[in-house]
Amino acid sequence: MWEYTDKVREHFLNPKNSGTIEGDDAVVGEVGSLSCGDALRLFLKIDDNGVIEDAKFQTFGCASAIASSSVLTEMVKGMKVEDAEKVTNQDIADALGGLPKEKMHCSVMGQEALEDAIRCYRGEEAAPAPEGEIVCKCFGVTDLQIKRAVIDNKLTTLEEVTNFTKAGGGCEECHGRIGEIIDEIRFGVTELKPIVAEPVKLTNIKRFQLVSQTIDEEIRPALHKDGGDIELIDIEGSVVIVSLRGACVGCPSSGVTLKDFVERRLKETVEEAITVREA
Amino acid sequence: MRPIYLDNNATTMVAPEVKDAIIPLLEEEYGNPSSMHGLGGRSGKYLAEAREKVAAGLGCDPSEIIFTSCGTEGDNTAIHSAIESQPTKKHIITTRVEHPAVLNVAKHLERKGYEITLLGVDSEGRMNPDHLREAIRPDTALVSIMYANNESGVISPIEEMVEITKERSVLFHTDAVQAVGKIPLDLKKLPVDYLVLSGHKIHAPKGVGALYLRRNTPFRPFMLGGHQELGRRGGTENIPGIVGLGVAMDLAVSHIDEENTRVRAMRDRLEKGLMAAIPDAMINGAEAARLPNTLSIAFKYIEGEAMLLLLDQFKICASSGSACTSGSLEPSHVLRAMGVPFTYAHGSLRFSLSVYNTDEDIDLVLKELPPIISRLREFSPFRRGDEGLDWVDDH
Repeated sequence: MWEYTDKVREHFLNPKNSGTIEGDDAVVGEVGSLSCGDALRLFLKIDDNGVIEDAKFQTFGCASAIASSSVLTEMVKGMKVEDAEKVTNQDIADALGGLPKEKMHCSVMGQEALEDAIRCYRGEEAAPAPEGEIVCKCFGVTDLQIKRAVIDNKLTTLEEVTNFTKAGGGCEECHGRIGEIIDEIRFGVTELKPIVAEPVKLTNIKRFQLVSQTIDEEIRPALHKDGGDIELIDIEGSVVIVSLRGACVGCPSSGVTLKDFVERRLKETVEEAITVREA
Repeated sequence: MRPIYLDNNATTMVAPEVKDAIIPLLEEEYGNPSSMHGLGGRSGKYLAEAREKVAAGLGCDPSEIIFTSCGTEGDNTAIHSAIESQPTKKHIITTRVEHPAVLNVAKHLERKGYEITLLGVDSEGRMNPDHLREAIRPDTALVSIMYANNESGVISPIEEMVEITKERSVLFHTDAVQAVGKIPLDLKKLPVDYLVLSGHKIHAPKGVGALYLRRNTPFRPFMLGGHQELGRRGGTENIPGIVGLGVAMDLAVSHIDEENTRVRAMRDRLEKGLMAAIPDAMINGAEAARLPNTLSIAFKYIEGEAMLLLLDQFKICASSGSACTSGSLEPSHVLRAMGVPFTYAHGSLRFSLSVYNTDEDIDLVLKELPPIISRLREFSPFRRGDEGLDWVDDH
């Protein structure tokens, strides 16, 4: 069970300002969707001096989403638009006495709805599709949204990015890309270049030592588990000649074992140029 | 105020009879069954008696029971044993709706080079035995199918699936954690190789379970260690837990009729009452054969966690298939496998009853839940308006 603060509980059990504001002078900010599991619609009434006179919300979501919405309306009432614009998701979380880390995205949702409402007030076409390239297809999160969360909240791990933005919380396919974005911001790397190691020229003796060591220490014990075995027959240049023994003989997957396991491992531990064939 | 406990698929209250049987084992009867003295000898006797009770409850021989620490250990042991004893077979068949104790083992094996076939379910949560028939291959090491689903309560066509598997001489494992004690189960008529149960789902304490291992089924231990459990599971026996499990199994057998009459009637009344009182609701698995104690019900436009916390105000304990309670961001894998629309999946609740529930418990839920739902719907931005769905943004 989540540990919610008393403030979260209070705002969840007795939400302030739930409902809508009708009329031509009301502005609306919307964020989230049914499929995402949470959504917030924020209504603001702003007077002629640019002061937020009234704020109301409608929220679909868990306790912390409802509490974040409720506390946000309390925070911005009476604020000037310029000040409201500076409200961050951390301010919302702080006003609730903190949120469980898995729930930080609820505060982000509040901040985004506020931003959207202010955009609407300024007459900018409400809620343009989030800019940037979609990284997380499950929750429709773009690289710019992720970058912003990483910078604003000093995030350093994939898990934190998921907690704040939901990105990566579904099929997990985008985890690699999110890791790259974090690195880009933390280490100022704009484009990760694959590390190309200088090919090291091995002497024949060194190569032989490395090959037999890898076979003895890693490959043979692994094959033993399935009743198989392997003998190193010869090394000609970078071609390693082996013989599969035991249960490997006649096993339909011995070809796969040879290429996908023995050869791959030797390429990793000895040198890239290695190929393996059976005697 | 006592809790209105309707979360018995998560865990159960320890039965008073079970507690009474355990207390002496925590006080004076603390012997180790392996010891050569009277104290140890008595513990050995308790162990043997508990084994007989569990075997009797399942309709098998006591020698076919291996005590474990939990359902997860049983599942891990069964799968490990099946693949270790057939090292050349690299294919496993299971389902998309299994418990993580099976699904995550399968995923782990996939990374280690195994091929995994995941059988799906239809929109009611039902499996199709023909899909199993098509999936079995000469190199299939194991078929692992849960007996009944923990979330939807849907019962698998286990007899037919075992028959199909046995025709092809493939090993069969079933996670029966949710079935034991809720529906009649007789291993004399069901030739599975491995069956797993967990104590705390049937009113024994947490930390004890059992693995049924059919005689002559190849076995490789998962927990290596001492000679306990005939060398099939190392580790000093959890005598208090095991004795508790024995008593709980006796109780489960004696309660099975009540489960399928009184408990089922309470579940049905809860189901009908909620469906009548709350618009835009649906039963997950309504058309399928289900456990008599389980109700998975979904409410549109609102989210499960919020409902649970408001129910908790009335000491009503249930659980949810929504993302927000699971620590992940997507709704339950079971509801997704059934194709439950997102609009409903996020608002799913599970009520799971036991013989310790009363009609008053059901009355309370029927009284308190409908206003909770109206209240949450009042401040949801989604609703069914006259003009159809208002602001539905499903990207």
